Amino acid sequence: MTRQMTGAKMVVQALKDQGVDTVFGYPGGAVLPIYDEIFQQNDIKHVLVRHEQGAVHMAEGYARSTGKPGVALVTSGPGATNAVTGLTDALMDSIPIIVLTGQVPTFMIGSDAFQEADTVGITRPCTKHNWLVKDTNALAATLHEAFHVATSGRPGPVLIDIPKDVQFATGTYQAPVKGGSKRYKPQVKGDLDAITELVAALETAKRPVFYTGGGVINSGKAASQLLREFVDATGIPITSTLMGLGSYPASGANWLGMLGMHGLYEANLAMHGCDLLINIGARFDDRITGRLDAFSPHSKKAHIDIDPSSINKVVRVDIPIVGDVGHVLEDLLKVWKSRGRKVNREAIAKWWTQINEWKKVNCLSYKGSETTIKPQYALQRLEELTKGMDRYVTTEVGQHQMWAAQFLGFEDPNRWMTSGGLGTMGYGLPASIGVQMAHPDALVINVAGEASWLMNMQEMGTAVQYRAPVKQFILNNERLGMVRQWQQLLHGERYSQSWSESLPDFVKLAEAFGCKGAKVDNPKDLDDAIMEMIKYEGPYILDVLVEKHENCFPMIPSGKAHNEMLLGDADTQGAIGAKGAVLV
Amino acid sequence: MAALNIKKGSNSHSAYNLRPNFSDVIEKHTLAVVVDNEAGVLARVIGLFSGRGYNIDSLTVAEIDHAGHRSRITICTTGTPQVIEQIKAQLGRIVPVHEVHDLTVEGPSVERELALLKVAGEGEKRVEALRLADIFRASVVDSTLKSFVFEITGTPDKIDAFADLMRPLGLVEVARTGVAALSRGA
Ligand SMILES: Cc1ncc(C[n+]2csc(CCOP(=O)(O)OP(=O)(O)O)c2C)c(N)n1
Ligand SMILES: [Mg+2]
Repeated sequence: MTRQMTGAKMVVQALKDQGVDTVFGYPGGAVLPIYDEIFQQNDIKHVLVRHEQGAVHMAEGYARSTGKPGVALVTSGPGATNAVTGLTDALMDSIPIIVLTGQVPTFMIGSDAFQEADTVGITRPCTKHNWLVKDTNALAATLHEAFHVATSGRPGPVLIDIPKDVQFATGTYQAPVKGGSKRYKPQVKGDLDAITELVAALETAKRPVFYTGGGVINSGKAASQLLREFVDATGIPITSTLMGLGSYPASGANWLGMLGMHGLYEANLAMHGCDLLINIGARFDDRITGRLDAFSPHSKKAHIDIDPSSINKVVRVDIPIVGDVGHVLEDLLKVWKSRGRKVNREAIAKWWTQINEWKKVNCLSYKGSETTIKPQYALQRLEELTKGMDRYVTTEVGQHQMWAAQFLGFEDPNRWMTSGGLGTMGYGLPASIGVQMAHPDALVINVAGEASWLMNMQEMGTAVQYRAPVKQFILNNERLGMVRQWQQLLHGERYSQSWSESLPDFVKLAEAFGCKGAKVDNPKDLDDAIMEMIKYEGPYILDVLVEKHENCFPMIPSGKAHNEMLLGDADTQGAIGAKGAVLV
Repeated sequence: MAALNIKKGSNSHSAYNLRPNFSDVIEKHTLAVVVDNEAGVLARVIGLFSGRGYNIDSLTVAEIDHAGHRSRITICTTGTPQVIEQIKAQLGRIVPVHEVHDLTVEGPSVERELALLKVAGEGEKRVEALRLADIFRASVVDSTLKSFVFEITGTPDKIDAFADLMRPLGLVEVARTGVAALSRGA
């Protein structure tokens, strides 16, 4: 179907044709024609944010919690530059989002016009792909291509820069073609020989472990289902990265918990001691591997990833399989079943005995308190009181994020939204709003640190305007806690600039925004405070005053191996050498 | 804490030496990259090299198929085998990149570069320059009473050798195109 219409109308039409129901955005001179079209329709809901960074994180939250791409719309110049952090965040965590930016008219590009910025130049390294559309007749095809590129292969952010004259001009609209473009077609099926090689290795492995990541979640719900089937049928232990939590249920029999820098003792030691490591949709990030030359030293390594550049990037693997996790898992299961469902049961039982020994260390234990709320305790209570609910959790970045990953259990994929690769403070609040927009009736909680939360707190206005009942669960230690922890361990307890001074009164702040807030500082009152927050029908800020100097353990210090984990404060003396200190 | 009695910090079977061919030797590779001839594609390729810290020894680009909007970029780069593999995989990830060929490993190939060299001098030196140019099959494309501009085509090594010889004879300026390369045979 082709029709004549203006570029601005094409934008709205293309979004509708792509099944978009929500756009997060902020208007300005260079996108006024598009906003005019948005005004004249009712199919797409526009969420007016308070800062463009918020719009992009909301789109990320929407995408991560639904599996559908998120969309943000911002103006030229400052609107576009404000979107850069969100784009980079989405690139690092492979989140499919489409960001539309206005641009000065084509005939003014290059003249340093008002609010002109080289948006495609600035965002080239922080998008999967981007386009400057100079001809209205090319706009529709580009918009459809953008959805295709963002969502296929390894997902990621894309950006389309649309000059104002292109929005005003009339051209021919083309509806999307089935199956996307011909030119971008990533490989989804894995090589059957490699898959068979992996099955053979798995049949004889004595100490195998699954190491899964965000790729399982990106591949879709079916991939998580296949993973569960495979793990449970083989009886092989499974750990996951921060990004992959929920693909295998936390209550599952084979679950070891998260691995990595603040991962569980048993998970990290299983990685260190295994003889077969099966990486599914993870990328051997430095938060996971610790010291590379001591990473999982005795294992044969298999790696399933849709992005060929992830394979052998940092860790040399023996069995590389390029393909979509869902497709590969399906084939893996098929081949494994057809060969007689073999595993080395006896050896794996012994492996579990060893792992259960490690579990006894009880690495998440902490010293409780009757008088102050320990952050770990706050999360345990939150978990206990919200478990089983239709719950989504987002986080900010810092100690609270790691504790949330350790103490909250996720039974399903798409329930946990956090900034992993970029570690963006200020992600959680807007992301929680994006999630809530997609799931209006769900319980959406942002586990926040007070410092991170302040970075995008203006979005509380957005939550109130759209009656998004997001729960802001602030673990307030009046510290940039994670920074303070590193300074304690690495910089001779010289706490340079790691206090949160002059904090606002969060209860009054909630009131000022027109929502509700409460403060709790006594462990005895915590349950009631949490229940109050959950029951309240509207956005809510709970200021949880927690222990100020708690450290997050276990911890693999930078430059150390998995078997050199620190378990508690007693372990920390001189734990990080000069070499580790230069790492981040 | 001993995990399975593995020595603390053990690295005898480290992630780096699971495969013997994963060497630290720096290799020189010539890559041919076929791309859509669209705005910004060269910036994407160059940005990839600068952003990830890869080397570019030379880079040439020109349209090769006007109707199909295709350009060919020839890149000479250096790195360990692992880095070279990464470069190819990262290039393949760029949306408008269609093909990445490593001419260095895909079989025999021919490489040519064109250079223009301005040599100024009089008397014996001038005669010697002309004599050497003849040996190297360089041709004179411009001449004054005090200078020549030579045109030479060949491998980068040949051009290096010629430039080295011209230096004491009054080499004043060099312009080189960078390498164009094709695989041999059909
Ligand atoms: C935008 C940004 N700036 C700086 C940092 C570095 N950083 C990491 S954690 C952290 C402290 C976070 O403090 P808070 O949000 O209160 O969390 P806590 O660690 O106290 O739980 C900082 C400054 C970052 N990750 N992101
Ligand atoms: Mg804090």
